[in-house]
Amino acid sequence: MYLSTIDKPKSANWKGLSGNVFALGTVSLVTDVSSEMVAAVLPLYLVIGLQLSPAAYGLIDGVYTGATTLLRLAGGYLADRTNKRKAVAGLGYGISAVAKLGLLAAGNSLTALGFVITADRAGKGLRTAPRDALITLSTPSGDLGRAFGVHRAMDGIGAFAGPLVAMAVLAASAQSFDAVFVVSACVAAFGVLVLVLYVRDRPEPVQRKEPLKLALLKDPAVRKIVLAASLLGLVTIGDGFVYLLLQKREGLAFGWFPLLAVGTSLVYLLLAAPLGALADRVGRLKVMLAGYGALTVVYLLLFGPLGGWPLLVLVVLLYGFFYACTDGVLMALAGPVLPERLRTTGIALIQSGQALAYLGSSVLFGLAWQFWSPEAATRIAAVAVVCALITTAALLGRRR
Amino acid sequence: MNKRLLITLTAAVLLGGVAVGYTALSGAAPDNAAQSVPAGAGPRLMVLSNGKLSTVSRADGSREVTGQSCDRAYSAAGTISCLRPAGALKASELAVLDNDLRELKTVPLTGFPNRTRVSTSGRMVAWTLFVDGHSYAANGFSTSTGILDTKTGALVTSLEEFAVEGMAGRPVDTNYWGVTFTADDNRFYATMSTGGHRYLLEGDFAARKVKPLTDTDNVECPSLSPDGTRVAYKKAVDGDPQKGWRVSVLDLASREITELAETRSVDDQPAWVDDRTVTYGIQRDDGLNDVWAVPADGSGTPAVLVPEASSPAPLG
Repeated sequence: MYLSTIDKPKSANWKGLSGNVFALGTVSLVTDVSSEMVAAVLPLYLVIGLQLSPAAYGLIDGVYTGATTLLRLAGGYLADRTNKRKAVAGLGYGISAVAKLGLLAAGNSLTALGFVITADRAGKGLRTAPRDALITLSTPSGDLGRAFGVHRAMDGIGAFAGPLVAMAVLAASAQSFDAVFVVSACVAAFGVLVLVLYVRDRPEPVQRKEPLKLALLKDPAVRKIVLAASLLGLVTIGDGFVYLLLQKREGLAFGWFPLLAVGTSLVYLLLAAPLGALADRVGRLKVMLAGYGALTVVYLLLFGPLGGWPLLVLVVLLYGFFYACTDGVLMALAGPVLPERLRTTGIALIQSGQALAYLGSSVLFGLAWQFWSPEAATRIAAVAVVCALITTAALLGRRR
Repeated sequence: MNKRLLITLTAAVLLGGVAVGYTALSGAAPDNAAQSVPAGAGPRLMVLSNGKLSTVSRADGSREVTGQSCDRAYSAAGTISCLRPAGALKASELAVLDNDLRELKTVPLTGFPNRTRVSTSGRMVAWTLFVDGHSYAANGFSTSTGILDTKTGALVTSLEEFAVEGMAGRPVDTNYWGVTFTADDNRFYATMSTGGHRYLLEGDFAARKVKPLTDTDNVECPSLSPDGTRVAYKKAVDGDPQKGWRVSVLDLASREITELAETRSVDDQPAWVDDRTVTYGIQRDDGLNDVWAVPADGSGTPAVLVPEASSPAPLG
């Protein structure tokens, strides 16, 4: 089924971005519709359908997410080792698609559900790094910001649409969770098909002499960027905390909670592409640092002078701006530093470092919240972001 | 036509067909669904069977399943309270129904349905929902409990509005859950947690106040016996909720506590079938629930009353 080799490679879309970037964007869009559909109903399904306490659900969710972080590294390494990024990414997308049907098959068994949810997260862990590596390999390095911007915007549209599709399915099916899982599996299967048919790999001869990972960490430029990414991950407190503090401070009805996340992702998807393009012009590091600047302001605003609607709108705007400035831009910043044949491993290393640091930051922030006060915790977080920002500028600044 | 495009379109049509078809079929109501809760024909229990409101004959175990979906339900004297999802992803609602499943009133709520009760006369309805968003701490669950007077329409959306007798000010970390009504349709019992303790509380709806009974600790989800003399509740094993919950009965006059013969941990608000028997749901390893019954005096052994069911409520 390697039809893609028959056709002429598509190129020159949106001012010169490769067709591969749009194909990967489409795969991500479709897949995110599928996964966000399930993510939106899963807490409800587990807590109501299976009578898990909300605290137990939070724990399960955290543990699974943490455990599969390591799979990113394995996926990245495997993709570089075999030089088959598309195949590894495809495996990841495929596992997640099958896992959606697994939710149906698992029925009420908690063990089976745990296994299926882990498989789903494992699929996500496997596919992310090879996908981002394919984007960097399909794009001239001067356009990377734009390429990632476009990809993340498409990804964001999917994430935005997923919960809405889930609501529509629930409404049309008399609240049947099974229907949501079946529709999600169909959508995911379509995503895999788009990947297989439209995404081109970059097969090239590999010479592997040295152990891959060691070689990568010997390069000081790579070490610096992994360090900076982890540091920035460590000062980023979870979204949940930010929304929770807003909700508490403003006494928002609980129904508003999901809307804060939806608002943020809307801002993110609208700004991702333009800010990516801006990053290519004025410098990616500058845009990324501006993003962390915005994050500092968000943390200060949580106990700042503003209140009411202006506070909510401003925080959602700045928070979306922060994500648009940093998520794809970091990958664009890292891409050219990483040697081509180790690109996936390198990207996986950066993403894992950041994800693990992020996990740690949530624990630290939770503790600071408990032992001092939420107010003190956000102030400390703001100071930490500024420190990380300065360190990052010093680490990565001289190169450009 | 481009071969690749043809495959894509074919797949889109096929997958789309499966998705739409499955959704549409799930939406269709089962043909044999009962349209009302049958009365007469001997004592019956109302339960949820796979989330559908059902009645079970206590004589022969025959079951009639209605098309009404609920996450938790209870019924008394022709008033059915049904906690169900309200369509949007996280919102829930309380639906008060009559025996013909006509909606008498709905109350929009936020959170995950947890407990509901109707007073014996059918007049008062109470509910508890888990409100998440507090799951960052290991024991940090938070609940929201409300009461509706179906006769006057008086609605209390949160017991936290009520004054607390015997406590200076209003403790900030208070949670309430698991209401049970007395026969006067005004006083009630419930669980109150504050400062790491879980007390039984006595409440007064008209006076808008609650009073924690501090001689009780680590107990929750009370259920008043039909004769009004005893409360069945969950008591933490060795006073430690981590060790599980033992169904026990408190004699309100003598303050004597009897542990019932059920030794498994029970996570349900018990319900009295009659003055001698307490029922509750227990989740099996495969995730389904069975409704069990055990004598209220500590004797005997527990037995399955209704297999594959939850939310038991006696119907005359």
